[in-house]
Amino acid sequence: MLIEVKNLSHVYMPGTPFQVDALKDVSLGVERGEFVGVIGETASGKSTLVQHFNGLLKPTAGQILVEGQNIWAGGVNLKKLRSRVGLLFQFPEHQLFEETVFKDIAYGPRNLGLEGSQLDERVRYGLEMMEMDYNAYCGRSPFSLSGGEKRRVAMAGILAMQPEVIVLDEPTAGMDPAGRRHFLEQIKKLNQEQGLTVVFVTHNMEDIATLAQRLFVFSQGQLALQGRPQDIFQSIETIREIGLDIPVITDLLQRIRSSGKTIRTDLFSVEEACREIVHSFRKKDGQTP
Amino acid sequence: MKSLTLGHYLPGNSLLHKMDPRIKLISLFILIVALFVIKTFAGFLLFGAFILAIFISSRLPWRYFFRGLRPILFIILVTLILHFLFTKGGQVYFRWGPLTVEEAGVYLGSFMTLRLVLLVTTTIMITLTTSPISFADGIESLLRPFRRLGIPGHEIAMMMTISLRFIPTLMEESDKIRKAQMARGADFETGNIFQRARNMVPLLVPLFVSAFRRADELAVAMEARCYRGGENRTRMRELKTGPLDYYVLITVTGITVMIFVTGV
Repeated sequence: MLIEVKNLSHVYMPGTPFQVDALKDVSLGVERGEFVGVIGETASGKSTLVQHFNGLLKPTAGQILVEGQNIWAGGVNLKKLRSRVGLLFQFPEHQLFEETVFKDIAYGPRNLGLEGSQLDERVRYGLEMMEMDYNAYCGRSPFSLSGGEKRRVAMAGILAMQPEVIVLDEPTAGMDPAGRRHFLEQIKKLNQEQGLTVVFVTHNMEDIATLAQRLFVFSQGQLALQGRPQDIFQSIETIREIGLDIPVITDLLQRIRSSGKTIRTDLFSVEEACREIVHSFRKKDGQTP
Repeated sequence: MKSLTLGHYLPGNSLLHKMDPRIKLISLFILIVALFVIKTFAGFLLFGAFILAIFISSRLPWRYFFRGLRPILFIILVTLILHFLFTKGGQVYFRWGPLTVEEAGVYLGSFMTLRLVLLVTTTIMITLTTSPISFADGIESLLRPFRRLGIPGHEIAMMMTISLRFIPTLMEESDKIRKAQMARGADFETGNIFQRARNMVPLLVPLFVSAFRRADELAVAMEARCYRGGENRTRMRELKTGPLDYYVLITVTGITVMIFVTGV
């Protein structure tokens, strides 16, 4: 188990009138190389959860173990931990500050003590992973880039630290459809080709259903459901009660099934669903597809 | 976040809460004048009793009173030490090598401390019971007569309201950026003062950028709703001066005049 969360609770501003119980007794685990999704309504505790993964927040109760080691047990270098568990916040383009794209991406690796050609290599790696041309971008000011480019530069800044896990908090919020698709493709590649473990926080069911191998569903600070997306999205009532929704395609397949057809409902891509619908309707006519 | 409780508004239902903010501001001004006129400890005793009575009637928790004093503790300490050591005259209470503590020093030191404490308590009492919005309204209304002199009362009040409104937003923003940079290995806690100042750059640049962006967006949003300053603007909450306000104003003025006349 790469990241293990044991009975984690977090309380914001305890002892004041503004006290909030953000997380209540949450336990879960993320395996190396996995692509997991964390979904839930706004203020369901998902951002609070992931900020525990790299020690940005200290648990009120419970433990966080990274490769079996309790990160708050003492003797753990948090800086080093943060280079292993990369975290990209929501609207990461707001964190850019340097004069050039190169310097901004180099900020993380430089904090790790890298210099010279090693640093240059890391910056190249980051940009390459985001499919951005080194020569075209590295001398430009990050503030002159478009919104989507800024976000990819911010992502490159995290990747340049070469983390083992990357935690993405609503990375596609406010992106246009083409930019979003492209970004998700890149994340998928990082997971499949580089073996990077990905934790993806979102409330967009369409994105996550096709990407994640496992889902954690949060509601009011508690882990409400966990499992494969195919299984999770079968429990429509529970999902809707939590204030979320199932992907449009699953919804369509469910509706066809409730009209009396025999059809699989655990599909999320347009192609698969298309084939299944054709298959199901032909079957009714008594023909072999 | 905690240091901001210095003058943070605490909602409540006491008479002090219900007073007209204009009268509160005028009373505060008169009381401050009185504080600087007082010449004897007896005067402070009288003044202190008056403030204490109002404080109790306002039903504010005591800990806010002490918390308000915490930031000026250092100033009080410096005042005391300087007066004790360097104001000479009268009986010598204490001698250590070339250093002496003399009667005049002790007297002046405690006098100044009392003045400071009362000044801060009186002010805190007002800020704790007045919401920022009614504060701004009060200031706008009080500045209205000075418009002819070119003092833009409405604009000053609007600026105050907006800046107060954005304090929590910017705090939240800075917390987020701080965490984002920490996730990239930033270190805001160690190093000497120069290193620390340099380490703040990754926090300050994005914060400024976002503050300007927000200001821009707000300006557009205000313009879209046809904002054009205070001219002919009516307000949702009209300020009303009731009998209570006049009683307070008369009492405060009375006390001040008394202090002037008797010279306590």
